[in-house]
Amino acid sequence: MINSSSDNVKKLNSINRRMFITGSLKFFIMIGIVSRLFFLQVKENKKYLTLSDKNRIREWKLAPVRGEFHDYFDNVIAGNFEAYQLHVIPEQVENFKYVIYRLKDLLELSDSEFKKVLKRKKEIKPWETLIVSNNLSWDKFSKINNHLYDLNGVKPVISISRNYPFGDNFTHIIGYVSQANEQDIENTELIKKNFVPGLKVGKIGLEKSFEEKLIGTNDIERYEVNAYGRRISQLEFQKGKKGKTLKLTVDTEIQKLANELLKDKAGSICVMDIFTGEVIAMHSSPSFDPNLFVFGISQDNWQLIRNDPMKPLLNKTLQGRYSPGSTLKPIVALSALENGIINTNFTVRCTGKTEMYDQTYHCWKKEGHGYVSLRNAMKMSCDTYFYEIARKLGVDKLSETAKKFGLGKKVFDNLFEIEKDGLIPNTQWKKNALGKGWLLGETIITGIGQGYIQTTPIQLCLMTAQIANGGYKIYPKIVIDDKDKIKPSDYYTPLYKNSKNMRIIQDAMFGSTNEVMGTSYRSRIDNPKYQFAGKTGTAQVKKITERERELDLKTSEIPYEQRDHALYIAYGPYVNPRYALSIVVEHGGNGSTTAAPMAKKLFKLIIDRHEMRQSINKKKYLEI
Amino acid sequence: MYQHTRLTNNNFTFFQKFRNFDYILLICILLLGFISLATMYSTDGGKILFHTKSHFTKLMIFTMMMLFISFINIKLWFSIGYLSYIVVVGLLVWTYFFGISSSGSKRWMNLYFINLQPSELMKIFIILCLAKYFHRMKLENVNSVYTILTSLIIILLPMGLVIVQPDLGTSVLIAVSGIAVLWFAGINHKYFIYTMLGFIISLPFVIAFLKPYQKLRVLTFLNPDKDPLGAGYQIIQSKIAVGSGGIFGKGFLKGTQSYLEFLPEKHTDFIFTLFSEEFGFVGSVVLLVIYIIIIYRIIAIGANSRSYFAKLFCYGFGAAIFVFITINMSMVLGLLPIVGSPLPIMSYGGSSMLATMIGFGIVMSARVHSQQLIA
Repeated sequence: MINSSSDNVKKLNSINRRMFITGSLKFFIMIGIVSRLFFLQVKENKKYLTLSDKNRIREWKLAPVRGEFHDYFDNVIAGNFEAYQLHVIPEQVENFKYVIYRLKDLLELSDSEFKKVLKRKKEIKPWETLIVSNNLSWDKFSKINNHLYDLNGVKPVISISRNYPFGDNFTHIIGYVSQANEQDIENTELIKKNFVPGLKVGKIGLEKSFEEKLIGTNDIERYEVNAYGRRISQLEFQKGKKGKTLKLTVDTEIQKLANELLKDKAGSICVMDIFTGEVIAMHSSPSFDPNLFVFGISQDNWQLIRNDPMKPLLNKTLQGRYSPGSTLKPIVALSALENGIINTNFTVRCTGKTEMYDQTYHCWKKEGHGYVSLRNAMKMSCDTYFYEIARKLGVDKLSETAKKFGLGKKVFDNLFEIEKDGLIPNTQWKKNALGKGWLLGETIITGIGQGYIQTTPIQLCLMTAQIANGGYKIYPKIVIDDKDKIKPSDYYTPLYKNSKNMRIIQDAMFGSTNEVMGTSYRSRIDNPKYQFAGKTGTAQVKKITERERELDLKTSEIPYEQRDHALYIAYGPYVNPRYALSIVVEHGGNGSTTAAPMAKKLFKLIIDRHEMRQSINKKKYLEI
Repeated sequence: MYQHTRLTNNNFTFFQKFRNFDYILLICILLLGFISLATMYSTDGGKILFHTKSHFTKLMIFTMMMLFISFINIKLWFSIGYLSYIVVVGLLVWTYFFGISSSGSKRWMNLYFINLQPSELMKIFIILCLAKYFHRMKLENVNSVYTILTSLIIILLPMGLVIVQPDLGTSVLIAVSGIAVLWFAGINHKYFIYTMLGFIISLPFVIAFLKPYQKLRVLTFLNPDKDPLGAGYQIIQSKIAVGSGGIFGKGFLKGTQSYLEFLPEKHTDFIFTLFSEEFGFVGSVVLLVIYIIIIYRIIAIGANSRSYFAKLFCYGFGAAIFVFITINMSMVLGLLPIVGSPLPIMSYGGSSMLATMIGFGIVMSARVHSQQLIA
């Protein structure tokens, strides 16, 4: 008993000692846990609070409302309309199969459309929105609304979408919008920031150039969500801002006329205010309907546009590079006058052809024009005369004048990314680009706007405008901006050396249109209110062989691709001129028969609408 | 000593036994039960749903059971020490062959009214068994090779049976419970140090033998941000929940992390996370204090028990409970890798609560019969 009790004491001592050690250990461990709690909950609280909010709060961005485009008279030319859409949230539908087949019947969906809807359904989570149809006609929309009792979980939704009320009229100016693709998102920071699925962004034209102004800002909805992303409750709704509305200088009526005149033809018409540089109309034909692209173009329609031999996708006004043909003659003549190569009395005898440097150069008129002075040469567009003065002038001086008047460089700088420079050749250029020396024969054909020289229709229009306004520099614009980037001192810098020379050219252009024997005499308007001055041009697209020259075929007898381009430049009214225009009809044959008559119709309308335009201007100034 | 004069308490009246209750311990246990119910109510999204109801029922039944056990003389527990161990080992073997498989492991046996997890019971009965084993042993025999081998077998047998389920977490906790008793029984501290060193050295080899998911857990613990939506998800979300709770918490039923289902296993292993998110640092410390009082009372009861068996059991059980709590908390606070270990009483789960309540019952019985001598 004693033995056992002494053992008991030892055992008790041992267990108590060990309990003490354990207790101390526990104490330290507890301190460890409490300090960890303190660290997480007190010290790092802010960090974890943020993380927790990040967990539970989700933002939903809604597509921003895009700014509009208005024409000069505040007609909406690219606006927003309420698209009738049909949304289904699969998890809210009791019998999805029934509902979707019912919708297929009601909406008369084709099998391929139906398959697309089913495929999309598989891709989304059951509580996400399935867009069954994104642009329903009112008939179908109301039909669905009448059947809603039967369609549990189907939501008719009105959503804002782009609309171009004038169809193909403005396509080449404002372009179109379509769903943003990866490239758009990558290239533009603002698109990335505002991106929501289904966001539509500008793909070409001003819609693209002014994307950042037009896009606006998203409406933002903040929801509390659970771990699976299901919305639990809405916390906040933040209204976005509509994009900026841009006003253009164009006149819809004139634009529409231009479209009509070029119907079934390939070509371009542009009209410009010769003092302000405002583009009144700018059309490239054929055009296409931009509305087709808003909800994604169908393969059939796309192939139709893409494969059209007249190339509707090409903006001929800005991208089309044409030999200016005889429309260059005013510049050639001006250059010769300015450089003192000739004076108004200088005369050349035209026999229909001339031999220079072992080459025969033909005038368009086989019989020749006889003795011609500058004015008559311009009026009748005598090629021989211009061969001669081009030879005397030299290509370098000619190109200097041509460039001064706006040929060979972009008219709108970087406004349209597709705009082309064109080409005004000189000796230096040829050496650099082709590595060959300039041939004198090339100077001679440059004198009638053939050869290497290439200009875009908008450049021709600018050139005409600057001749018409007496030789002063203007800066063309198509968007009325709050702030002009051009310094006031840059306005109306004279481009001439002697203003008398400008008057000589203007007078010669007057003769060309308004006097007997003038190339566009038949398109003249005698009423001084509408009277205009112009210059025809016919640009060869290929070299004419001797055999063809002998055959002297009519335009309609030549295959389409080989017909000449018809050009016309003009300005009016002749007294107190205000507007200039350029017309190019691809493979239109002859400038005087195809292009000039269009100018007649255009000037009638342009000048009739001048008063209206002025009244808007006055109003604008009064408001200021 | 006083033995002979106090022997009369062998036959306490019911009323006397009632008076001998440790009311502080009882109140703390009831308080804990109440807190766990409230927390369970919160995991159900502020509604009385399945988990709350089930937890309430279990709490009621097992608390009753605990009180009932308190009245049973500690001698009885001594006498069935080996038997209960053998029965639970039998259950583990049964589970190995006929258990219910769930998410890749066979841990449960279907008793029709409850799915019992015998490994949880083993956490308690191994203490009982070893306490009995060392009760009569002389101190100089404790460190004999025979004793050490026998006690190791007692520990390793259930461990092995649990590891094959597979359930690493529980088997580690069983081992901890057993080792705690060995420590208090007076096994030379050198062995503990050597074992610890050996374990650390062999750790790389152990890791090589781990199942891929276990390896992933260890790696995730070391760097949870590596795979935030996969394996690291639990730890990261748990830390966010606790951390965002702040000093006073987000408020009862307002824990967004759990309410919005970002928290995994919020009913069971991660219940402390939810509690901590809603009640903050202050609430967490209060909860810890309740646990500390419980452990302190258990130790105090052990210290006041006359029998060596009761002492060993109370100390062992106190240490085990402490380890269960700290492992669970360290795990949800990102201090330890995720191993399945419930928080006693707080976590949802019948077997764990049953085992804990049996433990409390025996402790309470030791208190009621503190003067009981065991031959």
